[in-house]
Amino acid sequence: MTQVIIANRLGDGVVVFRGADNQWVESINDSLAIDNDAQAESLLNASQEDEVANLIIDPYLIEVTETDGQRVPTVYREAIRANGPSIQKDGQQ
Amino acid sequence: MYRYDEFDSTLVNERVEQFRNQVQRRMAGELTEDQFKPLRLMNGLYLQLHAYMLRINVPYGCLSTRQLRRLAKIANRYDKGFGHFTTRQNIQFNWIKLEETADILAELADVEMNAMQSSGNCVRNITSDHYAGRARDEIEDPRVWCELLRQYSILNPEFSYLPRKFKLAVTGSPNDRAAVAVHDIGLRMHHNEQGEPGFEVIVGGGQGRTPVIGKTIRSWLEPQHIISYVEAILRIYNLYGRRDNMYKARIKILVNALGIDKFRELVDAEWEQIRDSQLEIPAAEIERIDAYFQPPAYEALSDNPDQLDQQRAAEPAFDAWVSNNVVSHKIPGYAIANISLKAPGRVPGDIYANQMESLADLADQYSLGEVRVNHRQNLTLADVRQSDLHALWQALTALELATPNIGLASDIVACPGLDYCALANARSIPIAQDVGLHFSESKKLHDVGQLTINVDGCMNACGHHHVGNIGILGVDKRGKEFYQLTLGGASDQNASLGDRLGPGLPQAEIPGAIESIIDTYLNIRDSGESFIETYRRVGIEPFKEAVYGPGKPTKRVA
Amino acid sequence: MTLIKDRLEISDPFTKISADDAIPDSGALLVSLSVWQDHWEQLIRRQEPVGVQLASDEHPDVIADDVDQLALIALEFPTFRDGRAYSYARLIRERYGFTGELRAVGDVLPDQLHYMERVGFNAFELAGNRGVEDYLRADKDFSVWYQSSTDDRASALRLRTQVKNGG
Repeated sequence: MTQVIIANRLGDGVVVFRGADNQWVESINDSLAIDNDAQAESLLNASQEDEVANLIIDPYLIEVTETDGQRVPTVYREAIRANGPSIQKDGQQ
Repeated sequence: MYRYDEFDSTLVNERVEQFRNQVQRRMAGELTEDQFKPLRLMNGLYLQLHAYMLRINVPYGCLSTRQLRRLAKIANRYDKGFGHFTTRQNIQFNWIKLEETADILAELADVEMNAMQSSGNCVRNITSDHYAGRARDEIEDPRVWCELLRQYSILNPEFSYLPRKFKLAVTGSPNDRAAVAVHDIGLRMHHNEQGEPGFEVIVGGGQGRTPVIGKTIRSWLEPQHIISYVEAILRIYNLYGRRDNMYKARIKILVNALGIDKFRELVDAEWEQIRDSQLEIPAAEIERIDAYFQPPAYEALSDNPDQLDQQRAAEPAFDAWVSNNVVSHKIPGYAIANISLKAPGRVPGDIYANQMESLADLADQYSLGEVRVNHRQNLTLADVRQSDLHALWQALTALELATPNIGLASDIVACPGLDYCALANARSIPIAQDVGLHFSESKKLHDVGQLTINVDGCMNACGHHHVGNIGILGVDKRGKEFYQLTLGGASDQNASLGDRLGPGLPQAEIPGAIESIIDTYLNIRDSGESFIETYRRVGIEPFKEAVYGPGKPTKRVA
Repeated sequence: MTLIKDRLEISDPFTKISADDAIPDSGALLVSLSVWQDHWEQLIRRQEPVGVQLASDEHPDVIADDVDQLALIALEFPTFRDGRAYSYARLIRERYGFTGELRAVGDVLPDQLHYMERVGFNAFELAGNRGVEDYLRADKDFSVWYQSSTDDRASALRLRTQVKNGG
């Protein structure tokens, strides 16, 4: 089971993911894949420190599957967070 | 419209600077998110799924064209070019940055708008009848009382940390277009036996997890006492409302727990102590505010000018729009024109910046510079000369703002739902779009007549599904979206809460289920009966049978 | 813990004692409601300042008749979101006529000080390591108020009347 860490950036509320090198990235496909519990725990702790440091808000782990380089959260709500509203008609939303 | 004086402006400007400072302190870590959250909520700022969302007050639904143009500017500069009108007559922007919020609030302050207390455990935007001051059926114009209550409630030091949010609505018409029965306090203006205007005070209504129709705490109250009486209710609520469980913290829970008689006793005892005090509104202040709501200088015109009838006869589309969207004005020769924000396939209640700007121009040209917002996520131009209706309609058509569906099955109210909202369990907008499209293409739409459909993505019921003739509630069942239907809700003076029809249905089956419900209605209605009248006469069984019965046609989707 | 009274930082002259403590003969004492109710005669006999601290679920009407004998009433904010003490404060000042020190204790943060002052608190035990500067800054946030309230600031309504009357 692959997980990534998702959060909102404090200053603009944008959805971000924990990437490599302690960065927070906007695309889920650039996120750091987490494969084991120890890594998950340590990265979540580091993320909570980033929250205290006023970079991000409310980091948590989500499960993802990967197909052809596209990461898709298994929970629909997180997929909406990753990809935007489902109603992106005529590019206006 | 009310205009800020130096005191109103100073207050709003100081509030903006206070918030700017709070944001700086938050970004610098001097405030934790836990400490900051109630502060930003009391300035209307939520953190949602994708970004911050800013909810801006439109007090009792009244907007000037100058304000509407500023909202368009904000949509373009700070958001993605559109805004969303809500069931509490407010406007929301979905893509806001915390860092820019103080600047946005400053832009709003410049046009006498604000986001104070549009969220938080305090008194929220006070809503009213979108036909206030204009409808033929009106007894008293409620707006002066709305403005007095608004000022009373803003930054009220005693009532800024209530157990939970607090919502007031005021109607001045016996035809309640403000849903007063499902508010924490609902005020219904009417005349007593001596013909004097006053308030019926209704308390403890609400929707959400535990929907309740409000109960009358006082059948008639003299207007100058309304602030002291509201203060008594707020104080009892602040003292005794539950604080142990946020899902049981609204005043409706307290009123239910005590019973209305005991609750009234407590309020009246408190009110006795404060009624003859500085809370009694001085006549001078009532007059000062009332002056802003005096009727404009109307021309002396007659109803039904000849050319209007000719235009209606010549153009069925115009005729349909007038029939559905235009209602009588108290002044001869004028009309109230409703602007549908429910064009087929569009997001209910959304409006683009260019539409806002163009609508502002039309309001200046045809409706004395004002626009109203109603709680079904549509807009209203309340002062249109009947002789201008055709020209207005043509202009609206070009803007995709002339859908002739006010109050019909395709005039659907929907909360933002899981596409935007952090509280949601399911999406609501796609359901509204599917059902709306389904019926806009159906010949049945006008035959069915008045039918309110409301869609919610969670139990908080911001889309008011409990009081829809048909309510649709999205739920999450094992990670999938299902939709439960309720029937028989109404938000007017005969308010009722919908009855649950049956187990949740998947999204694909919803348009077919609605179709079955409507076909059932068409088959069994008496002549002239609306959907809600038929439902109240026959009950839920025929509809249950139609949707869930053995021969259920729920898979029949157009 | 910083204590501010009447806009000045002071050290606390009151000693808080618990139910198990013996009541000392001298010194200003701050006691809980139950200690006050059990020992008020002894506390009054000492002829030293006495204060009562109320929890957020203790309605002050139980001490309404005692206010003249109290130098201090402290109201708890277990969390800054619990707004009951704002109503308690108004009742204590406006209805029971208390003129002594009305102190906010507990989760007392700068951003609520403005409201607290307006309902009658004149002393604040600030949470965390806040100082007088935080308080004084919050105090300046607003120069206009819609509602008349316990403090002596003129409401917008009163000012409007004055403006109209050429005051």
